[in-house]
Amino acid sequence: MESNRGRSTGSTGTAFSRRWVLGAGASALLTTGLSACGSGEGSGGGGGETITAFVYGDDAVKVQAAAVERFNRSTASKTAKGKIKLEKIPGSDYTPKLRTAMGSPSAPDVFFNWGGGSIKAYQEAGKVLDLTDIIQKDPVLKSGFLPSVLAAGDLKGRHYGIPMRGMQPVILFYNKTVFAEQKLQPPTTWDQLLANNAKLKKAGITPFALGGSDLWPELMWLEYLTDRIGGPEVFRRIQDGDAEGWGDPAILKAAEMVKTLVDDGAFGSKFSSVSYVNGGAPAVFAKGKAAMHLMGSWEYSTQLGKFPDFAKSNLGWAAFPAIAGGTGDVRNVVGNPTNYWSINPRTQNKDAAIAFLMECASEAYAKDLVALGDVPTTSNAAALLSSAPNPEYAKFQYDMVQQAPAFTLSWDQALGDELGTKMHTEIGKLFAGKSSPSEFVSACKGLK
Amino acid sequence: MSSTVTSGGFGGGKTVKVRAGRPNAVWALPAVLFFTFFAVVPMGLAFYLSFTKWDGLGDPKPVGFANWQKLLDDPRLTQSLGITLMLMAASWVFQTVISLLLGVWAAGHQRNRAILSAIFFVPFLLSSTAIALLFYALLDPNFGIIRENTLGSTSGAFLAIVFVGGWQFIPFHTLIYQGGARQIPQVLYQAAAIDGAGRYRQFFSITLPQLRHTITTSTVLMVVGSLTYFETVLILTKGGPGTDTAILPYLMYEAGFKSYDFGYASAIASFLVVAATGLSLILVRLTGFGGMRSTREGM
Repeated sequence: MESNRGRSTGSTGTAFSRRWVLGAGASALLTTGLSACGSGEGSGGGGGETITAFVYGDDAVKVQAAAVERFNRSTASKTAKGKIKLEKIPGSDYTPKLRTAMGSPSAPDVFFNWGGGSIKAYQEAGKVLDLTDIIQKDPVLKSGFLPSVLAAGDLKGRHYGIPMRGMQPVILFYNKTVFAEQKLQPPTTWDQLLANNAKLKKAGITPFALGGSDLWPELMWLEYLTDRIGGPEVFRRIQDGDAEGWGDPAILKAAEMVKTLVDDGAFGSKFSSVSYVNGGAPAVFAKGKAAMHLMGSWEYSTQLGKFPDFAKSNLGWAAFPAIAGGTGDVRNVVGNPTNYWSINPRTQNKDAAIAFLMECASEAYAKDLVALGDVPTTSNAAALLSSAPNPEYAKFQYDMVQQAPAFTLSWDQALGDELGTKMHTEIGKLFAGKSSPSEFVSACKGLK
Repeated sequence: MSSTVTSGGFGGGKTVKVRAGRPNAVWALPAVLFFTFFAVVPMGLAFYLSFTKWDGLGDPKPVGFANWQKLLDDPRLTQSLGITLMLMAASWVFQTVISLLLGVWAAGHQRNRAILSAIFFVPFLLSSTAIALLFYALLDPNFGIIRENTLGSTSGAFLAIVFVGGWQFIPFHTLIYQGGARQIPQVLYQAAAIDGAGRYRQFFSITLPQLRHTITTSTVLMVVGSLTYFETVLILTKGGPGTDTAILPYLMYEAGFKSYDFGYASAIASFLVVAATGLSLILVRLTGFGGMRSTREGM
């Protein structure tokens, strides 16, 4: 129907041609203006080449912007004869934009990604540089990061990325005001969690906020339940390409527990039309309509932006509870270990790209992350955390990740775009009651 | 578009004027070029891609009919086709009934009708994305105006899409019907009034039959248009709950820009082109619109 909209019927030829001339003139001006801008930025310094870095354009991007500025003034930049130009791409457009740009002449030289499955297709197409040897040879890169985090972005034991943002474990957040009013403690076991739910529902409060329309917040539940019931091996098998791994009893049990929670109203009756991204779920949680929220560590900075008073004084955090009879370690963590910088092998200035990655392993960079409320994944992060806006929260996250026997990468990121998207669909159906736990399992087994 | 066409001809200057406005083939050239490069070529490329496997990186690999085979076997496609047809039918009923009545009403020459018609037309001037975002906010279960689980329930989500699409496109079809109704000669109504026909009788015996071709035009636009109904679904429901509102264009988007399976996405796209062309041909045939028989024969 939209195609109708282009159909304007004109009046006279003269009127149109004048408009046309004006339009042409305007676009000519615009083009010259743009190209002037382009050459202005491109010419940087003493004839060095400017290379491009694509980054996910959210609030945290100021850390990368500061790093680029530092790098462009540094001696490392002069030695490598190159400067970096940062392109901030709005969040939801990032993945498709990167994908299309990589096949074009305007491909970035350095790019942000989630490691693992998110870069598998790039690795297979030869669009991402193997950094293993570079990291091994450089003492700063080699020992600069938590080994588990560096390894979490690997593909078949080879490193393709350098950690460049804070760690993002999934945490059970709770509303301290609601908990105090209802005289509750954050649950450490599943039975306590269910008992809390019953009390909350009696008081007319939804136990958990959930942005179901985005699908990935639902995935977090399945990730933790599966880990607590069957340990990290269950998903590891699936991640390694064995679709039969979905048939593991732990997955079915987790799906059944999800169904019970949904049927019991643990997420309220409207969660399937609530979104995290548009601020719905965080608002429900901050306003006390829901008591808890299972979410990535970025929930803190989200709340700090939207409801600063709540974030500063009434936001509580805890680990996901243990499940009786489960074999997974209660200290295990799921989520995104961090984000990574990777290099396009076709870059015109590999030295500059690598030098820039080194800059992002510097202490100055880590300090910027801490100031933003992030917990860097560098080995020296612990010492920096006292200057965090909320040192207690920063310390909690750091210890949680550092002590975790296993850090499972978010399933969608680990599986890559094709399988990840299909899995999201199946999870959406499970939570919406459109498929039963056993139907969910058999549908997932069929994912290829 | 039309601006380019006209200005292209304008360059011809006086010679063109002498031929008394009879356009020659050159006049069509800009439009033909535009259509070739921005419609025919991409369509051909999509058709080619439907025989390959391509994830957007590297080069497309030929896979023969694998994507088309997948298209036939995919249970989601069958479901999606059903949803698409249901959406098409529901949108047609909703939009036709309202815009026909509004259009006939607006065809009167009273001043208040002219003013109200102008106001009615406003939604059509907004972008579909803006409209979808607006209704998404209005339907927010916690902070919207209708605080129900509208978009989270199958029927609610479906009806919301039908309603939002109608809200946007009814003005356009009203305009078509207004134009159509104004062309009906007044003598018909005058004669009917003398014969004692009341308002309803006049509507069913004169207005409706006289609007036959207008209905066909509007129907073809609605039916083919509902095959490209995309932003509304993307923004309001993302195909959910589950996959209950995943119409074909959304399935195509998901295959292409979420799963990066451009080969399969292109197969769905090619299928959509064939389906839309087929549907409009059938509609035109069935209604005798192609024959262009006058509605005023024998008058």
